[in-house]
Amino acid sequence: MAYTVRRPNLTFWEKLYLPNIVAGLAITFNHLKKMLKGETHVVMQYPEEKWDAHLPEYYRGAPTLVTDEHGRERCVSCQLCEFICPPRAIKITPGSLPSDSQFAKVEKAPEAFDIDMSRCIYCGLCEEVCPEQAIYLRKDYAVTGESRADMVHHKDKLYELGGTMPGLVHKWNPDK
Amino acid sequence: MSTEVQLLNVQIDGVWLQFPKGTKVIDACQQAGKFIPRYCYHPKLSVPGNCRMCLIEMGMPKMTPDRKPVLGPDGKPEIGWIPRPQISCAQDVAEGMGVRTDSPMVKECRQGVMEFLLINHPLDCPICDQAGECRLQEFSVEYGNAESRFLERKVKKPKNVELGPRVTLDAERCVLCSRCIRFMKEVAHDDVLGFVDRGGFSTIACHPEKTLESNYSLNTVDICPVGALTSTDFRFKMRVWFLKETKSIDVNDGLGCNILIGSREGHIYRITPRENNDVNGNWIPDSHRLNFKYLQDGTRLLHPSVGSQQTTWPEAIAAAHSQLKTAGKLAMVVSARLTNEELYLAKRLASALNITLHDILPRVGEPDGILIPADRNPNTAGARLLGTTTETPGAHLKDILTGVRNGTITGILSLGEDLLECGFTHDDLAKLKTLVATSILPNATTAAAHVVLPGAAFAEKRGSIININGRLQRLNKALEPAGQCRDDWEILGDLLSAAGQSHALHSIEDVFRSMSQDVPAFEGLNLGKIGDLGLQLLTKPEAAKPLATA
Repeated sequence: MAYTVRRPNLTFWEKLYLPNIVAGLAITFNHLKKMLKGETHVVMQYPEEKWDAHLPEYYRGAPTLVTDEHGRERCVSCQLCEFICPPRAIKITPGSLPSDSQFAKVEKAPEAFDIDMSRCIYCGLCEEVCPEQAIYLRKDYAVTGESRADMVHHKDKLYELGGTMPGLVHKWNPDK
Repeated sequence: MSTEVQLLNVQIDGVWLQFPKGTKVIDACQQAGKFIPRYCYHPKLSVPGNCRMCLIEMGMPKMTPDRKPVLGPDGKPEIGWIPRPQISCAQDVAEGMGVRTDSPMVKECRQGVMEFLLINHPLDCPICDQAGECRLQEFSVEYGNAESRFLERKVKKPKNVELGPRVTLDAERCVLCSRCIRFMKEVAHDDVLGFVDRGGFSTIACHPEKTLESNYSLNTVDICPVGALTSTDFRFKMRVWFLKETKSIDVNDGLGCNILIGSREGHIYRITPRENNDVNGNWIPDSHRLNFKYLQDGTRLLHPSVGSQQTTWPEAIAAAHSQLKTAGKLAMVVSARLTNEELYLAKRLASALNITLHDILPRVGEPDGILIPADRNPNTAGARLLGTTTETPGAHLKDILTGVRNGTITGILSLGEDLLECGFTHDDLAKLKTLVATSILPNATTAAAHVVLPGAAFAEKRGSIININGRLQRLNKALEPAGQCRDDWEILGDLLSAAGQSHALHSIEDVFRSMSQDVPAFEGLNLGKIGDLGLQLLTKPEAAKPLATA
């Protein structure tokens, strides 16, 4: 249903709008003064210059997979991230670990793990839902590619971005 | 009913209800809407009462010295509550019995039982195939403690043990409910499983000189309430919460076990039995449930072809029609694996093409005494009812073969059958002037056929079939047909149009409607009315007339 928006009642000085122009120019001149003194830059020279050093701890960049300090891939392909992913960017093909593997107790590992970065919305639900602390949103945000296929991060790329994360829960300890 | 079943008054959580004599308390509570958690109790198996999960508080009416119930102010018997909990699975309802399913004592009991069950349970959920349909997960959330107080080391048990060719055991996950042991003993009649060792070390094991290789072994996986027994075939293939479950019917034999097809994104991952006490109970043979691989192993016929050249559907239909029209004397071999709707259209097509000689190929095997009957065709009764075969199925096959050999029959329309199985030789096939075949998989007949029309498999179509007991059951569509395959009723409808028979069959419902007008047995029915559990269409002796041996 259409309804009428009430316009604010402006005072005389507001209707004149000259004071606001003066206030705006004051900000501009302040910046000019700071720049002439060398206190500030005009612009950041991206991508040569980046904000990376200023990214906060909780920054949510590209999702990655991590290995533990023993070199074991933490992901056991439980597919909870695939289930929770709102844009359905994750696709996992589960596989099993060979019985002669040193991590045979875990039994299961992903055969393929693809994240379509052209779909990912960096929401972090995959990290939150992971029962194995295997997927983390790291600080990579400049994900580029020349085709849709380029935008899919396969398992190798995900482990390359994620690297090793020591000190997490060690629940597949053979003594446990 | 000749004898009236006595109804007993039972109080469940303060409400007086009536149940027939012989009802178990656990079932009575469930019927009253109070679900009682259970691991070992299964309605189709004996009652061992060993999981202790179904504990309830129970009472019997207080009695005066002259054995009359003491009545309370409301006129109902006063109940004297037993101070200890009872297991509800091993207790039948009795007159004046009282049951409490959510009293503080019952809640505490369930919590205690859950805590004990989880003491040695591994933290396997992320790799366990049962996750998502695991009673231990469900009851832990609903009735258990959030935290474990157990600080000691967990007991180690064998993991990833092959109990048999199709079943994998993880003893650490087992809650020792003994359902699998009882199933193998009581239903499969192959008593190979049992408990070994004692106390916390007790585990399920197979007889040392035997393996769990019964053709019903995978049913133990279905009834296992936890992830101890898992299907080796389904192991690590897909998490169950992704599977779309389609209610359908097994087509490997004349019984037509009710099944659930678990599929995701056009791929079948598993088939599980669906309860239907008039057909298969809760069970299905392993050989039947695993027989879906051929649909997706890359061997399917995916394109219509004319003279082994791939072509389009309109061209293939036109070619098939012109070949059939000019073939001379025709015969038709129909598969009893087709649905009623397809058989009905096949019969109509036969009369449109003046085919008088037609029959099905009977498949007879040894019945296994449990579920698998002698008739291995899913729809022999339907073929008989719709007139594509006679009282003795397969009787005309010999006539067709003789006709081909002496040259009186020059063309064959084969609907879903390999003629080599019907006694033909490669030379016989080469002799034919016209051979038009519909099929799912390539075989000698499709190789020799002049026109090949690929049809849809059982999981890719809707339709109805009649089992050996005369029960009309419904197939449902779980997947889209592979490649360019089409529903057989569409192919037959197109051939019918090409033969100059105008019809208004645009959907499977239209075909059924047309069939119900022409065949009195189907009068007043439609696919919706068949329902998930099917309905009795023919009497048993009508449906199960003897088969000629092939």
